[in-house]
Amino acid sequence: MFSYCADPSTLEGLKWLSCYLTTGKHFGFYLSFLTVLGLLAITAPTALAFGFAGAAAARSRIAPVRWIGKTYTAIVRGVPDIAFFLFFVIALDQGFEWLRHKIKCPDWEDPIRQGSDFVVCQAAKLPLSSAPQWLHETYGFFLAVLTFAIVFGAFAANVLFGAMRAVPRAQMETAEAYGMSHRQTFWRILVPQMWVYALPGLSNLWMVLIKATPLLFLLGVEDIVYWARELGGTKNARFTDYPHGDWRIWYFSFLLVFYLAFTRVSEIVLDKIMQRLTHGQATTAGEAQRKAAS
Amino acid sequence: MSDCIQTIQDYAFRSIGYGERLLPKGDYTLCEHFTLIGSGMIWNVYFAVMALLLGFFFATALALGKASPRRWLRKPSEWFIFLFRGSPLFIQFFFAYFLFLSLKQASPLFDGLTAASVGALIVLFLNTSAYSAEIFYGALQSIPKGDVEAADAYGITGVTRFRRIIWPTMLRLAWPAYTNEAIFLSHATTLVFFSAFPAWQQKGDALYYASYFADKTFNPFVPYPILAMYFIIFTLMIVGLFGAINKRLNRHLPQEARPKLRLRPQIIR
Repeated sequence: MFSYCADPSTLEGLKWLSCYLTTGKHFGFYLSFLTVLGLLAITAPTALAFGFAGAAAARSRIAPVRWIGKTYTAIVRGVPDIAFFLFFVIALDQGFEWLRHKIKCPDWEDPIRQGSDFVVCQAAKLPLSSAPQWLHETYGFFLAVLTFAIVFGAFAANVLFGAMRAVPRAQMETAEAYGMSHRQTFWRILVPQMWVYALPGLSNLWMVLIKATPLLFLLGVEDIVYWARELGGTKNARFTDYPHGDWRIWYFSFLLVFYLAFTRVSEIVLDKIMQRLTHGQATTAGEAQRKAAS
Repeated sequence: MSDCIQTIQDYAFRSIGYGERLLPKGDYTLCEHFTLIGSGMIWNVYFAVMALLLGFFFATALALGKASPRRWLRKPSEWFIFLFRGSPLFIQFFFAYFLFLSLKQASPLFDGLTAASVGALIVLFLNTSAYSAEIFYGALQSIPKGDVEAADAYGITGVTRFRRIIWPTMLRLAWPAYTNEAIFLSHATTLVFFSAFPAWQQKGDALYYASYFADKTFNPFVPYPILAMYFIIFTLMIVGLFGAINKRLNRHLPQEARPKLRLRPQIIR
């Protein structure tokens, strides 16, 4: 990075550190923070969409749809989420390959599951074995995002389902009295009003989502945990210009601080949003604001 | 059938080092799936029960500290709770493991800490203490002030007031949320062997064996549902036990006024 970094063995103290922290591998580490933020940016809306669909399904008047919605919202109650993460990554991958196999190779004779192997035809492989490296990584990331969205969608569905039930019944009855159809009541009365009730739950979910991001490591993505382990491990002078002992504890304390700061900032921002949204609402918090102002 | 009994004899306590040392090879039968994953559950139950039992008392102390008017008690409790609630459990495991590693190098006194049975338990204990302390603190804040005033009027003060008035009321208020915490702590125990703590001689928890099978057979549709079944049973047992305690805590109330346990899913650490 810097011109004086040409011969690291002559460096001392801060200068050494400035060179050490700007090696190519460290930029990989810094970039992986963007991976985490990117995951959050994509997953949060996707999970919200999944949750909305789940909550709407759980309220459906058609029994099978309602059962699907209820099951989806219930799955996270009894089973550890890490199990879901590990399960969905393989299951989704195999599901996609199976579908492609059925479409692309209809005249394939052999069974797909042969003992301990999962065999699909070449054309159905995901990503194709000829694909470049970045496509493999993107596909891995995509699977991770989808897995996160499914699991957190179930959490969000719970929150939104509760929020939908919290909207005062009289509002719905009034809409019906005005002759609105079921669909109109849902979209024009229920959905706009439910967000205030959903926000505490959703902001909690955001915190939970932040704290779940290191699990990306388990899904095989090269995230911050991966790099912290990689960079922190003992480095031998034979393989690197910057030998050092076991520094993993320092890398992980840095991650700890990063997450603490991230949650603290989120807390402050969400408090601000909540204050703005409750302004003028007929709730306890809204009432408290009114009293404080007068 | 007799095969299965043999398998159970061989592997039922595999996770804690009794029975057959080598894991099964080749074609994995359903029986082997059930036995080994069930054997791993021993660890999950151990971590959950120990962490909750120890954490309960520390959490009470922390909650009292956070509610204390004295600054030197309040600040450390607040920081402790923020530290453990604000960071992912996964990172805490990693951090603790590497911390224990360097402690071990400093002195042989800390040798045991890098084993999952001790080190991970410490992390889980501290973590659940922080989460429970926040729940207990919330409950302390919402104790009806009439209760405390009545105690004062009767001349009940100090430790007696805490033990007979404040503490039972706090538990009553906190119990539904604390049940949730217990459930999610039991789920969090599955993280232990997926963070830094090594499963020595392949003695791991239920998720460790489930993912072992999934890796070997490349078929996630058998081991993970089995794991899910075990955890649903475990969760139901926790709900049953905590429900019974909840009943006892509220035994003085008329039947319909008793708060029911309402379970809400949340919290991944």
